Amino acid sequence: MSADGARITPYRDGPLLIRGAFTLADQDGNDIAFRGQTVALCRCGRSRQKPFCDGMHKATSWRAASEAQDPHAAAQETESRFARERDSTTG
Amino acid sequence: MPALPTPRGPLSETVLAALRGAPGTLSPGTDVPTPGDPLADDDLHLTLYACYELHYRGFDGVDERWEWDPGLLGLRAELEAVFEDGLHAALAGWTPPAADATTMDLALRAIADADEAPSLSRHLERNGTLEQFKEVVVHRSAYQLKEADPHSWAIPRLAGGPKAALIEVQTDEYGSGDPARMHAQLFADTMEELGLDPSYGAYVDALPGVTLATVNLMSMFGLHRRHRGAIVGHLALFEMTSSIPNRRYATALRRLGVGARRATEFYDEHVTADAVHENVAAVDLAGGLVRQEPALKDDILFGARALVELEGRWATMLLGAWAAQQRALRAPRHDAVAA
Repeated sequence: MSADGARITPYRDGPLLIRGAFTLADQDGNDIAFRGQTVALCRCGRSRQKPFCDGMHKATSWRAASEAQDPHAAAQETESRFARERDSTTG
Repeated sequence: MPALPTPRGPLSETVLAALRGAPGTLSPGTDVPTPGDPLADDDLHLTLYACYELHYRGFDGVDERWEWDPGLLGLRAELEAVFEDGLHAALAGWTPPAADATTMDLALRAIADADEAPSLSRHLERNGTLEQFKEVVVHRSAYQLKEADPHSWAIPRLAGGPKAALIEVQTDEYGSGDPARMHAQLFADTMEELGLDPSYGAYVDALPGVTLATVNLMSMFGLHRRHRGAIVGHLALFEMTSSIPNRRYATALRRLGVGARRATEFYDEHVTADAVHENVAAVDLAGGLVRQEPALKDDILFGARALVELEGRWATMLLGAWAAQQRALRAPRHDAVAA
């Protein structure tokens, strides 16, 4: 897979794993050092070692699918939450 | 090369005495006593540990042909049957979670989440003493000085995706080609920083059966092809329950004034490395193996659940000993870790 560049995999309820040929750099262009050939990047926001995953998503039961989220489903979910909030304030 | 350990009962007396002589001399029909606790018995687990070590680093003064001595292998099979029966008896009330190749990560996580054993890492992080930390390191040395080796037995038994996933994990474990970065070496560095002897096998005589059982579990699963599912499940759960405890151990060391990088590196390394490994091991290795061999699903989950069971018994023993103001190591070697 390295011949094709980087391969990024969102693991269910976990980090993004990056394999293959890639560089990791901060917004000023400085290399961010890492060990090994695969890195796990935080996607729950709770890591204390960002940008890397440190397993903290497990402590908070953070949930996210591996596959891409459908924008229509996400919008419906948001709308139904708004509806519940409207009901609770008017009721 | 490590010295043969000191016997702890009639079984280890017989086997360790035989190992000092020529192969082929272990008398057939060696009596295997029924242990009180097949998951912790000192005599049983020391003997089994010695049998398995012949496949790893061997012992000083022991003829290397003992590794494949039919008489010894026959006896070992009897001991393994006692151990395995004990595991199944302890887990008799447990049912493997439902899962398929795409949900093995969820099933493994359910096993981890159901673990109700007391947390050793939480205790050490907040209240543990330096002496307690050193005791834990001594206990762990039986595995960590050969970290990853028991799971490497599975490599030739796998193929394709699961094999590639296992290699991806093991490459990190073995330092990605740099011997100084091998996890076993990082652990030896930590031992040295704590004033402990990092020689392979130096503390075996101090380790109770409940600790040796955690190592024998991996060796038994790793050395038998029929247990390839179990060793995969063992590795997956090990990796899934590693990042957060290792961060706590590193915090404990710093709190206890042992904050040199060489002392904490083993734990720091595992926080981010195992955050990678847990996904690879649960999804690509365990899930991938179920995709190839659906019949192994329950074996994989059994290996994971057996790990939780033995780790829980081990942690309970340590915390119980400390709560009673006692050492969690066997005399007389327990003095070797005085703070």
